Amino acid sequence: LVMAVIKLHGHPISTATAMVLCCLNEKEVEYDFALVELSAGAHKQPQYLALNPFGVVPTIQDGDLTLFESRAIVKYLAKKYKGQGADLLGNTLAEQALVEQWCEVEGHSFFPPASTILFQTVLRPLRGGTTDEAVVEINIGKLNKVLDIYEERLSKSKYLAGDFFSLADLQHLPWTQYLVTACKKGDLISSRKHVNAWWEDISSR
Amino acid sequence: MAKIKVYGHPISTATRLVLCCLHEKKVEYDFVLVELSAGAHKQPQYLALNPFGVLPTIQDGDLTLFESRAIAKYLAKKYEGQGTELLGNSLSEQALVEQWSQVEGQSFNSPASTILFQILFVPMSGGSTDEAAVEMNVEKLKKVLDIYEERLSKSKYLAGDFFSLADLQHLPYLDYLVTDCGKGDLISSRKHVKAWWEDISSRPAWKKATGKTP
Repeated sequence: LVMAVIKLHGHPISTATAMVLCCLNEKEVEYDFALVELSAGAHKQPQYLALNPFGVVPTIQDGDLTLFESRAIVKYLAKKYKGQGADLLGNTLAEQALVEQWCEVEGHSFFPPASTILFQTVLRPLRGGTTDEAVVEINIGKLNKVLDIYEERLSKSKYLAGDFFSLADLQHLPWTQYLVTACKKGDLISSRKHVNAWWEDISSR
Repeated sequence: MAKIKVYGHPISTATRLVLCCLHEKKVEYDFVLVELSAGAHKQPQYLALNPFGVLPTIQDGDLTLFESRAIAKYLAKKYEGQGTELLGNSLSEQALVEQWSQVEGQSFNSPASTILFQILFVPMSGGSTDEAAVEMNVEKLKKVLDIYEERLSKSKYLAGDFFSLADLQHLPYLDYLVTDCGKGDLISSRKHVKAWWEDISSRPAWKKATGKTP
């Protein structure tokens, strides 16, 4: 029986694609990468929309299963390949619940301001527009509040869900990477002792 | 065994999500009212439970948990085998439940909550509705609901032919949009979305969560 390799449709600059790639690497899972040419609008063509009606990257195909939403994909991979590579889900019901909790925090409190800052400071100028500094200010304010909470949490716990690296930490990698590099907002991280230590740890994996 | 303690408020959509899940799983709980109008959710006593100062939070023995979707998932797992199954059986089914749960959280929630905030909560606090913001978010929601219409023409519920957390997560905002925001046409104009909405909103657990049945 020949097992088909997982097919990942995505683009290297896409943060959501990067999240899935990171998870595949953590779980030591082979995959085939199918480039979706964003600049050519390939993600909005019928061929791709048939896989993902929302027209965003990434999407995976694993046998009969087609799956989109990067956070759902990484959860699926973490479950399917439990027992190989890094364990990302937590062991007890309580640990798993805390992983879920901090994953939700990433998705609803961290991601929106972080992605808005990325959009305004990097993507808009790239497309010929101008950065709306007021919007950037507002979202830095929001991110500061969230990172203050992370600082408190990480002063008591090595990683977000507990003393083990999990999906909750992994989900932060792509956005924080862009904030620190392309957006030049590294001070948000480096000014917070425990957040800085956490970031240095998880970004060196 | 101490009962699960739910800190929340009856009007809070996220609290309703958790209450609905508790009823679906037939789990007893104690409800602790957090007086939003008195700013109780921003007081040190509550922030010690949930540093984000939002509702709801649960306590189950040693575990304190916030984020309504994480709470619902925890309850669905812990009480697997009693009440309604909400997670899917196979790995693939569970993945599709996760996928549509993420769609709710990332594509549906933002426009729906903005519309609710502008139409209902802004006037309640003495402000006036930003009609342009409502229009913009109604258009976003229409695009999402068009995709749901296509999906639900092939599948009784979002993740498959079984009711799951993915459907349950839509109840609180859809209920407000239809009942209090006058946006029922978004649902009723889409045949399969309408049938799905009528099905899931008539579930006894949802009626209990909104206090519509004793």
